[in-house]
Amino acid sequence: MDYGLDKKSNSLKTFNTMFIVVWLLIACFPFIWTFWGSFKVRADFFSRADWWYAITAFNTLLETGKSFTTEAYSGAWFEGEFWKASRNTIIVTVSVVSVSLFLGTLGAYALSRSTKNYAFWILIIALVFRAMPHITLVSGYLFPFFQLQIWGILPTTIVVLIAINQPFTLWLLYSFFKTVPKELDESALIDGCTYFQTFRHIIMPVMWPGVITAGLFSLMLAYNDFTVTALLLNQENHTMVPKIQSYLGTNQHEGNLMWAVSAVVSATAPLFLLVMFFQKQVISGLTAGAVKG
Amino acid sequence: MPNKSFFWFFIPTGLAMILFIGLPIISTGVQSFYAQHDQILKEVKKCDPFGCKVSVQIDQEATSKIREEKPLGKFNGFGTYVDRNHLATDQLSNFWNESNSAGEFLSKVGNLPFYKALIFTFTYCIIVTPCVLLLGFVIALSLNSISRKIRGALIFGTILPMIVTPLVGSLVLFWMVDAEGIIGANLQLLMNDPYLSVKSSKTLTWITIIIYGIWHHSPFAFVVFYAALQTVPQEPLEASIIDGASRFQRVKHIVLPHIYPVVTFVALISLMDNFRVFEPIIGFSAQGSAQSLSWLIYDNLVNEEVILFGSAAATSIMTIIGIAIILTPVLIRTWREFRTNR
Repeated sequence: MDYGLDKKSNSLKTFNTMFIVVWLLIACFPFIWTFWGSFKVRADFFSRADWWYAITAFNTLLETGKSFTTEAYSGAWFEGEFWKASRNTIIVTVSVVSVSLFLGTLGAYALSRSTKNYAFWILIIALVFRAMPHITLVSGYLFPFFQLQIWGILPTTIVVLIAINQPFTLWLLYSFFKTVPKELDESALIDGCTYFQTFRHIIMPVMWPGVITAGLFSLMLAYNDFTVTALLLNQENHTMVPKIQSYLGTNQHEGNLMWAVSAVVSATAPLFLLVMFFQKQVISGLTAGAVKG
Repeated sequence: MPNKSFFWFFIPTGLAMILFIGLPIISTGVQSFYAQHDQILKEVKKCDPFGCKVSVQIDQEATSKIREEKPLGKFNGFGTYVDRNHLATDQLSNFWNESNSAGEFLSKVGNLPFYKALIFTFTYCIIVTPCVLLLGFVIALSLNSISRKIRGALIFGTILPMIVTPLVGSLVLFWMVDAEGIIGANLQLLMNDPYLSVKSSKTLTWITIIIYGIWHHSPFAFVVFYAALQTVPQEPLEASIIDGASRFQRVKHIVLPHIYPVVTFVALISLMDNFRVFEPIIGFSAQGSAQSLSWLIYDNLVNEEVILFGSAAATSIMTIIGIAIILTPVLIRTWREFRTNR
């Protein structure tokens, strides 16, 4: 909206800038504060006496001799076995992203190239599935999984997350494939390619922008999931988010709350870096389907 | 695409969805009609030199045996749906007869677990959704008039609250507003009340969770509105400036009508998201004063003694019905769009 005619008054400009600054402060300060506090001891970050200790590091100096300490990190990563949780998260995330993209691209391509009525109904059903709260699905899983004795292990959770991920991936890639001209694959079909060959040689080379966007969202779903991982994995196999919750639960250990703080920072940092690099794709994915023309 | 090729392309994702989304919904439905077995009691005769006593004990062996034989539990029909922890029909009619005024009746109903959760869920939805729309729209408008060079960085800062998982987001806020955190401590100073604590007050807890909800969801509304603002045509805007329209008039008469379909889309999506609010309750450890429908299900599923499958399933089915009601307008819209596109 850069219209040359539009002259903004100075007061409006100042107000606008102030509003943005205040909003950014509200949006970002909690993360900056938690990051800062994760290098303090509990008595500073959760100070009963004076919140200013979190800045001056009064107790951190007393206890460790320096104003910054990585005690919380070493505690969580080694004693609290956060390394195991992050390893599990990596396994889950990588498998979910790769498999769900593989299934999703095939399915979405077929949906985008079909003119039949059933393709439309499949998309509607996918929309309904997408709206299902995950906790209601989990309440359906638990009983059969206990009976089949596949509860608590990583493969089960991976398969479940892949399935939960499908509706969104299908919709995202469906709207992406719609933008790929049909003439491309039609010419290949006329030249005698089968549908699979067309997909392999014509569509695959041009589908990467859409696939990267869909991949980012699958990654965020798998990485961020709490409901499924907390209820379908046993203690031993917990991924990062349920692990953070388990640090909160106990009041016996003084250090545990700081473990949770450092674990939150450790889990959030990679996500922020990722979004920093792929901001455009994240935004295009969020608006796909919402904004047309 | 011929049916046969379509089938082979679609079958992997189709199977995944049928097996792990379709079947679980059916399984939830079936489970909701069963309830866990009662414990089997037996009479035990104990004799000692002072005489014999008959006491009632739990027959562990028989109980675990029947649990193993019929793990689903006993058939309960709609029993779980109408029991005290769900729709509580008996209690409702009792309260109706006993209560003298509507207020008394409502306060009694508000203490039943299901209705308590329903009230919180509705309050959360009704307050958070419009606030998210408004805040998202204002941020989009004001970011849109800022120099393009720094916009990218500002957008990154804006979407941070949305990309973290709700549990982490609510924890980060909770640690600040807690009595020992930076905001909580300053609130105590400000209100001059050293015992003020978000955790102990029901109203404060609700307010905090609602503020969290607005903080977490606004970036999504912002992103969609921001993208929509880029598509607003320039000519009518310029014409209206020449005609002397004020800034507010331009937004009201040109920008808003143009992005109206997007507004309804965002409203419905965030309404659906807000309806399943769950993780912030754990993050803020607010179980005591705020419970949502999703939290009730979670609570049944992590029950220490016996997992209450039937109870969780009944709440799930009712949540699904709620989601279905909210979803209907979205479906109608998608259906219309699809028809016109072809």
